[in-house]
Amino acid sequence: MHELRLNCDTVCSVLTGFIDNEVRKAGFERVVVGLSGGVDSALSTYLAAEALGPQSVWAILMPYRTSNPESMEHATLVVNTLGVNSLTVDITPMVDAYFASFPDADNVRRGNKMARERMTILFDHSARLGGLVLGTSNKTELLLGYGTLYGDMASAINPLGDLYKTQVRQLARHLGIPAVIVEKQPSADLWAGQTDEAELGFTYEEVDKVLRLLVDERWEAADLVAEGFDEKFVRAVYHRVRASQYKRRLPVIAKVSSRTIDRDFRYPRDWGR
Amino acid sequence: MRRFRLAVAQIAPTLGDVDKNLALHEKVAHEAISKSVNLLVFPELSLTGYFLKDQVPSVAVSPQAPVLETLRNLSHRVAMVVGFVEEAPDHRFYNAAAYLEGGEIRHIHRKVYLPTYGIFDEQRYLASGGRIRAFDTALGRMAILICEDMWHPSAVGIAAWDGAEVILCPSSSPGRGLGRAEPFQNAGTWERVIRAYGDLFTSFVVYANRVGYEDGACFWGGSEVIGPAGDTRAKARYLEEELLVVDVEPGALRRARIANPLLRDERMDLTLRELHRLIREHAGLPDGERGEPVG
Repeated sequence: MHELRLNCDTVCSVLTGFIDNEVRKAGFERVVVGLSGGVDSALSTYLAAEALGPQSVWAILMPYRTSNPESMEHATLVVNTLGVNSLTVDITPMVDAYFASFPDADNVRRGNKMARERMTILFDHSARLGGLVLGTSNKTELLLGYGTLYGDMASAINPLGDLYKTQVRQLARHLGIPAVIVEKQPSADLWAGQTDEAELGFTYEEVDKVLRLLVDERWEAADLVAEGFDEKFVRAVYHRVRASQYKRRLPVIAKVSSRTIDRDFRYPRDWGR
Repeated sequence: MRRFRLAVAQIAPTLGDVDKNLALHEKVAHEAISKSVNLLVFPELSLTGYFLKDQVPSVAVSPQAPVLETLRNLSHRVAMVVGFVEEAPDHRFYNAAAYLEGGEIRHIHRKVYLPTYGIFDEQRYLASGGRIRAFDTALGRMAILICEDMWHPSAVGIAAWDGAEVILCPSSSPGRGLGRAEPFQNAGTWERVIRAYGDLFTSFVVYANRVGYEDGACFWGGSEVIGPAGDTRAKARYLEEELLVVDVEPGALRRARIANPLLRDERMDLTLRELHRLIREHAGLPDGERGEPVG
């Protein structure tokens, strides 16, 4: 696991510098972040408070009626520890109003709807408060496609997207985020009893090792198997990464003009900033 | 070379904003002048920023452009190495660095090795330079190699064998890889490489890296001046802007070359013969010495 270990002081400097730089370049001074009570959004919020000062951070807590009460407690703990601004918006009325018309919707549809409901609230508060939406998706989730497209995957800037889940935990411990948040079972908390690792079928410790070798170190799946990794596991991870590629890209455009956006019309995101 | 005061401008240029970057260059140049600096080295593409993509033609200038004239005029007071996108008369675009001195352009180096792998995409937008030359200045004989050029030891060898006493390397190095070195894995490699070059080519090596962010990439700074015995003369902070000032002197160069007469002993004739052979072999042509087809 050595290579997943972080030089935490440096990473914090780089990530807080990134937040400060990207927010100000875009002409903003604040960020808006959806704070769930989990370690990812807690870490994003800690980094933003460090980068911009707690007065410039707006944490939005968006529980649903079935959310684990512990999630709200942990989110409140982060708000109180950092002294950031906070606001609670209960998403139960809008989500339930919608599903009144579709009562047979399964957990996945309901979970995705909740994630997208939260996204619309964050972007509305981005406009209301003049703050950029701060992302909370880590590299493990992004690679596995374990997130809702245009839901929790949506943001303006994401400080965590190049850190694996196990690295998020390291950094969270380093910053002194309370252990009840860092050490608890990760959960999207979209339905009662849901945990990431039960749903995925493996632990983050296991999958991060495989992802790092496949992605960062450019091993082939066969190389991992030859090194003793379980073949079925490696193939399953590889399949998940490949199957979720669409979630990491803009919608595919039918290319007919002489210069297509994002193919041969290529400008940096920081164009003119 | 003569004794002189060198400075590295570890700055954070603004992507695509030449006017703003020119103002920054002027500000730093005045600060350097106030510190009696003789030569001020800016990072790679210091006037334009690095990840330009399709902005390359929009920010490109000819060496006679007003933006360089402003800096040329300042070079009466402090010599400068500045990075820019050069548009040639045939409308090829080069990642270039100019040595400005006494109101003149003393030398322009066009980056030869354009990284087009990993996070880099330079060959899509830029043409590759075709020369590596040392050149004489009022301060000594120098050569410029831009960033990736330094990852090819042959390029550094040519500069040193051409008589460079000071190898100037403007760079825009984004940090890649966490955990194995501070602040990034590739920073550790750079630090090993430039010390080895100081040692092996018994020359001063000036590494001028930038800081700041572009599209989420973090330029890590850590600019350095390495002496001709591989010794660290000065090192700038990581991740922060800094004007790194240090004096360099010819005595150290002379002593290093007496202790390690590697340049004296260089067998360029042998290298050239073997390179001719390798070029023929790689092209699948007959071996000139044996008259046999290869492969």
